[in-house]
Amino acid sequence: MPMLCSPPLPDDTILEVNDLTRHFDVSPPGLERLLSGKPRAMVKALDGVSFTIKRGETFALVGESGCGKTTVARCIVGLSRPTAGNIVFDGVDLGRLRRRKAMAPIRRRMQMIFQDPYASLNPRWRVRRIIAEPLVTHGLVTNRAELRVRVGELLDLVRLSAEDGDKFPHEFSGGQRQRISIARALAAHPEFLVCDEPTSALDVSVQAQTLNLMKDLQRGFGLTYLFISHNLAVIYQISDRVGVMYLGRLVEVATADQIFARPRHPYTRLLLETIPRLDASGDREPVAGEVPNPIDPPSGCAFHPRCPYANSRCRGERPSLLVAGETLVACHAVEEGRLPEG
Amino acid sequence: MQSPEPLLKVDHLRVEIPTRRGVLLAIDDVSFEIAPGEVLGVVGESGAGKSLTGAAIIGLLEPPLRMAGGSITLGGRRIDMLPHEAMRRVRGKEIGAIFQDPLTSLNPLYTVGHQLIETIRTHLDMGPGEAQARALSLLREVGIAAADKRIDHFPHQFSGGMRQRVVIALALAANPRLIVADEPTTALDVSIQAQIIALLKRLGRDHGTAIMLVTHDMGVIAETAHRVAVMYAGRIVEIGPVRDIVDRPSHPYTVGLMASIPRIRGRRGRLLQIDGAMPRLNAIPPGCPFNPRCSDAFDRCRRERPNLMPVGDGLAACWLHADALQPTLA
Repeated sequence: MPMLCSPPLPDDTILEVNDLTRHFDVSPPGLERLLSGKPRAMVKALDGVSFTIKRGETFALVGESGCGKTTVARCIVGLSRPTAGNIVFDGVDLGRLRRRKAMAPIRRRMQMIFQDPYASLNPRWRVRRIIAEPLVTHGLVTNRAELRVRVGELLDLVRLSAEDGDKFPHEFSGGQRQRISIARALAAHPEFLVCDEPTSALDVSVQAQTLNLMKDLQRGFGLTYLFISHNLAVIYQISDRVGVMYLGRLVEVATADQIFARPRHPYTRLLLETIPRLDASGDREPVAGEVPNPIDPPSGCAFHPRCPYANSRCRGERPSLLVAGETLVACHAVEEGRLPEG
Repeated sequence: MQSPEPLLKVDHLRVEIPTRRGVLLAIDDVSFEIAPGEVLGVVGESGAGKSLTGAAIIGLLEPPLRMAGGSITLGGRRIDMLPHEAMRRVRGKEIGAIFQDPLTSLNPLYTVGHQLIETIRTHLDMGPGEAQARALSLLREVGIAAADKRIDHFPHQFSGGMRQRVVIALALAANPRLIVADEPTTALDVSIQAQIIALLKRLGRDHGTAIMLVTHDMGVIAETAHRVAVMYAGRIVEIGPVRDIVDRPSHPYTVGLMASIPRIRGRRGRLLQIDGAMPRLNAIPPGCPFNPRCSDAFDRCRRERPNLMPVGDGLAACWLHADALQPTLA
């Protein structure tokens, strides 16, 4: 591989996301707008999201449906173009790479694992061909024999056998299919994997197998993960640092230890309180309300209508991510010190 | 442990799938009871047969699936032999159903009020005004704000959590004695999930409604159920009080299942995992279906199928617990 990228940053940051914004136009058709006088409508799927990921760590994004976690993933791997903001991968600003040719080496180093292993594998291709595709695309093998060996190695890596390469995806269970996706993602020797809910479609015992495998691979290859999940227990088990998202914004970023031992943002606390627990069978009063419509998000802090600590400042002024101890948190109540210790 | 008169009694239930290569047993000799007001959690992995058990009870097994043996008794009356029309009256009137995806349970072309009133009047002897009032009170009961306005809305105007509440209101429309809830919270976000769980628990408590709660989420079960049945490869491998199953599981499969659940407390690092996968229906091993994955398996497990035997306050189908029993028959 030729050296195409600038030397690694001194602080070993592999990915930097700055003020990432993605809007989707959900306006009614132009004529209808004209006739009924309806305004344009925009969903701010991402509204100024910034974070960094260090080489070799697992950074997790957590939040409820519609909070924008998948949009972050899609922007990073280039499946969705940001409306504003930039994404810097190992010193290269991805937004400046307009040409396919310039993108290709970056794409090789960055791969994605999707949520649904039934939808992400071509049902008409044999597993061998599915895993070989990135090898061929990036020109990483020179002949068929080498390709065969490499595919066999990759299958072995994810605890499948080389003979499984001759089968079709439908012959595998959900967990095995997800391992095929992982083998495909690893084929081109990437450094950075974006994993969008990789275990959400799997049964718990299979989920445990898959998470363990992902950890082993991370250790073996020095991989960096961006891990997206709505499942806090999974996040607790796999991640080093966690970003909590709510309605297109990051509300708290901290180490996993901090988030779980000492959550700061009221929304993080709500999330932690509402997970059904194996050890708690008592009656808990569930928090009322739900995530508001992102087309018309609440003013100020988007969480204020559900927040027990909201005051007039929260309703009027949008909080930014500020340092609070070892945590970054976007909350006026935390900043003013009027939030009781959790 | 159970009240003398169970509301629902499932006895030696067998469900078959005829295929070109022979008949597969999807549910193999499943027996359990649910008392009035009791929440029975049914857990297991995909394909274990938990949803099919629920479908058999509400009489909605889709052909070619068929009930091949056993009986289902509700309030002392056999319901598995009922003709189609009679079963339709039992469903809705005596058994309510809640499914995972609320959109498939609601007709997109009618307002929720229309659907509620139709259901109420089908099963209860009520005039339009009375039914309308009941529909309103049901919507209020399941926690829908501004019910008098929302009653005229269509399903697409509700959020996922609110739709599931409407489905619960529909299931409750005729005051059923049993509700079969199949993954009712799986499609919902955690904060909404907690609200729905609290609602289901209240129903059992306030109305004495028995609930069969089918889910793969042990957390939901731990918070909601009184007793739990653990299914594996079409059979119940363990059944007992919820705290026993969660804290002191007896069957090695339940032990592995509980250990593989990621938790948000304590040790991080590798999760315990059960190697291998649940067998396919056409390749269920002889003896105990779990034996190839079981680290405690011995000779007998590979030869002889264990039936449920008493362990503590529950039952487990595992030969490890056979010695606690009277000397086994030759």
